[in-house]
Amino acid sequence: MSEDDDDIILSELPDDELVLQMHDDLYDGLREEIEEGVNIFLERGWEPYKILTVALVEGMRIVGIDFRDGILFVPEVLLAANAMKGGMAILKPLLAETGAPRMGKMVIGTVKGDIHDIGKNLVSMMMEGAGFDVIDLGINNPVENYMEALESEQPDILGMSALLTTTMPYMKVVIDTLVAKGVRDDYVILVGGAPLNEEFSKSIGADAYCRDAAVAVETAKKLMERKHNVLAAG
Amino acid sequence: MDACDSIADLGQLKQSKVLLIACGALAKEILAIKEIGGWDHLELTCLPAQLHLYPEKIPAEVEKAVKLHRGRFERIFVVYADCGTGGLLQQKCDELGVEMVEGPHCYAFFDGLEEFERNSESELRAFYLTDFLVRQFDSFVWQPLGLDRHPELRDAYFGNYEKLVYLAQTEDKSLDNKARLCATRLSLDYARRFTGYGDLPKFLSRLAPHPARGSP
Repeated sequence: MSEDDDDIILSELPDDELVLQMHDDLYDGLREEIEEGVNIFLERGWEPYKILTVALVEGMRIVGIDFRDGILFVPEVLLAANAMKGGMAILKPLLAETGAPRMGKMVIGTVKGDIHDIGKNLVSMMMEGAGFDVIDLGINNPVENYMEALESEQPDILGMSALLTTTMPYMKVVIDTLVAKGVRDDYVILVGGAPLNEEFSKSIGADAYCRDAAVAVETAKKLMERKHNVLAAG
Repeated sequence: MDACDSIADLGQLKQSKVLLIACGALAKEILAIKEIGGWDHLELTCLPAQLHLYPEKIPAEVEKAVKLHRGRFERIFVVYADCGTGGLLQQKCDELGVEMVEGPHCYAFFDGLEEFERNSESELRAFYLTDFLVRQFDSFVWQPLGLDRHPELRDAYFGNYEKLVYLAQTEDKSLDNKARLCATRLSLDYARRFTGYGDLPKFLSRLAPHPARGSP
């Protein structure tokens, strides 16, 4: 059998098989195949939001589980994320047009003195995939950047990231500033980064420590639901 | 010194043996410092340097090693800095009643903790290598990051970096050349700073049972 005979023609697959194939392609970090799959579903009349959740987010959820379990490592996750980005780039403008459900808004950034953004970028992408509007402040953010963005964007969630033991204490500087201004409780504060842990998160007064992007999304959804419940009850 | 003094000295030395539980990435340097200082009371055991790829595992591995060896040594010193454990290694060492190296990581104590702190702003976008990491660049940087298989990931990892700073423990032209090549492979500017062993001899000298015979 020639190699060509083994090739899968995505457009010939029925919907359910194409979804599974896209999960596989995401797992393997195949950006072009993901873009092709997204376009095929759009041609078949699928809602952008359905493509995003059923094909892309679910595929990345599987990647996230295998990363947590030590089956996949950072390079593979980055390739998968790059593939998902390809699909998201097609869907993003369409999601806005078709009025996909919005979960909330998040401002996120790596703290001052730290230029590491791999984890933060994954969180941003997964949060967008989960229906959050994400304002990404990038790297090396002094407290003023966070304050300015919180004021202008009025988000529900503030996310802070740090990879270095030397920079993670800066998260407390930001939270203390929020406390001093009397606006700490206006935001859900999520923190993450390799050297962080639950205990540190509690000690600086954050709402939750998120060990990876999937946990960040789940935690954000849960805390937003709680916030809405409190508002409804109030 | 007569024979009796030597024997007494030996006895004291045996009683006051200190075990160093160190990161494998520091073995060569520790042995060099030990030899220069004539610090025979120091014994060395190492944990795999690969643990740095999974810093969250370091505290548990250090604990295992401390428990395994503590019966045979009067004192144990952990030659790890925080190394990305977010304070958990210090917490573990406190719990076990053993001391460890100060500072965030080996780049910092090789550079000297104060010097490293001073440089932190101007070298915000610096990626550091030590002698060990230059020698082991492929197995500790290039391959674990998947750059051998997926060079397109370079920007995801190093897009925010501007230069590679080689903190040199030794004067070795071949390592300098290799470090320069590493910078080229990562598309980063190159700088070399000779640090020697930095603060490491100072940490180890505190473990001397009696005044050190030499100073590295």
